[in-house]
Amino acid sequence: MSDKPLPVVEYLKIPDAGDPYLEGYKCGNCGATFLGERHVCSKCGARDQMSTVKLSNSGKLYSYSIVHRSFPGIEVPYVSAVVDLDDGVAIKGNLINVEPDPEKIEFDMPVEVVFKDALGRKDKDGNSYLSFFFQPKS
Amino acid sequence: MSDAYVVGVDMIKFGRFPDKTVPEIGAESALLALDDCGLKIQDMQALYCGNLGQASGMVGQRILQQIGQTGIPVVNVSNACATGATAFREAWAAVKAGLYDCVLAVGVEQMGKGLLGGTGGGKGIPKEGLLGSGTMPAVFAEAGMEHARKYGTTFEQFAKVSVKNHHHSTLNPKAMYQIETPLDQVMNAEMIAYPNTKLMCSVNVDGSAAAVICSEKKAKELGLMKRAIKVRASVLTSDPWQERDLVMPDVNSCTRLAAKQAYEMAGLGAEDIDLVELHDCFATAEILHYENLGLCGDGEAGRMIDDGETALGGRIPVNVSGGLLSKGHPLGATGIANIYEVATHLRGEAGKRQVEGARIGMTHVIGLGSACGIHILEKAQ
Ligand SMILES: [Zn+2]
Repeated sequence: MSDKPLPVVEYLKIPDAGDPYLEGYKCGNCGATFLGERHVCSKCGARDQMSTVKLSNSGKLYSYSIVHRSFPGIEVPYVSAVVDLDDGVAIKGNLINVEPDPEKIEFDMPVEVVFKDALGRKDKDGNSYLSFFFQPKS
Repeated sequence: MSDAYVVGVDMIKFGRFPDKTVPEIGAESALLALDDCGLKIQDMQALYCGNLGQASGMVGQRILQQIGQTGIPVVNVSNACATGATAFREAWAAVKAGLYDCVLAVGVEQMGKGLLGGTGGGKGIPKEGLLGSGTMPAVFAEAGMEHARKYGTTFEQFAKVSVKNHHHSTLNPKAMYQIETPLDQVMNAEMIAYPNTKLMCSVNVDGSAAAVICSEKKAKELGLMKRAIKVRASVLTSDPWQERDLVMPDVNSCTRLAAKQAYEMAGLGAEDIDLVELHDCFATAEILHYENLGLCGDGEAGRMIDDGETALGGRIPVNVSGGLLSKGHPLGATGIANIYEVATHLRGEAGKRQVEGARIGMTHVIGLGSACGIHILEKAQ
């Protein structure tokens, strides 16, 4: 068992020193940016042009759904959100600290990425995980 | 290249058949399609079988074990919710290429109840409800809300799709349900993933549908042209790169691409289409596809449902079968069941739900991930 939390996805990076961040792979040929490691760009087909970039923690709400029914054991309701980060990458996650009510959620509302424990979920070895969430910018 | 024709096509009434096997369910519609054109399994030169749930289970061969093991080549196809359309298209392509002049396509599925999709797989911990939702109702809700952000489409407009399709299904004896659902009932049903309520989600059912496809020469030789349906266009696309497609499976661009290619192949435009069976897996999706298929201009889909243009008797009836929302959505069968529905109207045999004077129709399915299949069909002259 790790004594430190593990990243919930491989594109969430936890450096030994400094704050956690999201990492993208950016194509040097066309500029498309991807979540997760890859070697060929699926936009332009360029090979071995990828370099890692640290993604912005700031973005805007693009689309969402308020989920009232999920799989057994998943707490509902929650807001499933698609966010456009300021550097042009779209990312999906839970929008927190907002009422799960369409009257209270506005398209393009500014949000920030925050890093927190993964709702107490642990893997079969008992490891804790660090996840990311979106919340309205104060 | 000679044209290919659907000479026999049918589906079973969709329902729940836990006591039957997948090949048994598939065999039923295969026999119905053969009976529809008076041919025998011995007349078939190949079988194209679509199924998802047992994709590695040689379902096509097991169907032949039920209806006649003649030694013909069998191709088993799996392509998400475009599975049936893909099997049909492979059959069409083989006839079109001159490999065979009479083949059978079958789509079949046996579904469990409950939610489809989810982000539970992979290493570590479950991601569902942690990194948003991967359930199908939520994914299609997010796609609908993208339309809402662009054009102000309302919850009520999305709900009206379900009212319409449930109404249509009351006229279709092969639909899973024949129940009217007024607007307040749809909007007040259990919310699954806003804006999709339970009555705005397709019904998980078991079912199968099948089609016999012949070359023009063969259809004439067999004297089957009278009820034959000409395949004017058959198109399959995958999702071209889009900036958000890693987090928002894209059902729009692959549909737009397929529609453009289908109209070009048929030498037709949207204005020539008399009825459409499109992929209303969720009420939100139907709204998107009015525009994706060119049935109206961008931003006009909300008005289109408000004005009743897509209801039976309207300008361009959509999903008069009841659609996936009420006829039901047995994933691998859906793409061929749609072809059955359109063919039945073109033959003037759709009874109470007949689209009067229907001459040309379109079918559309989307498999998330993504695959889009479109067919344009016309009554043989
Ligand atoms: Zn590139």
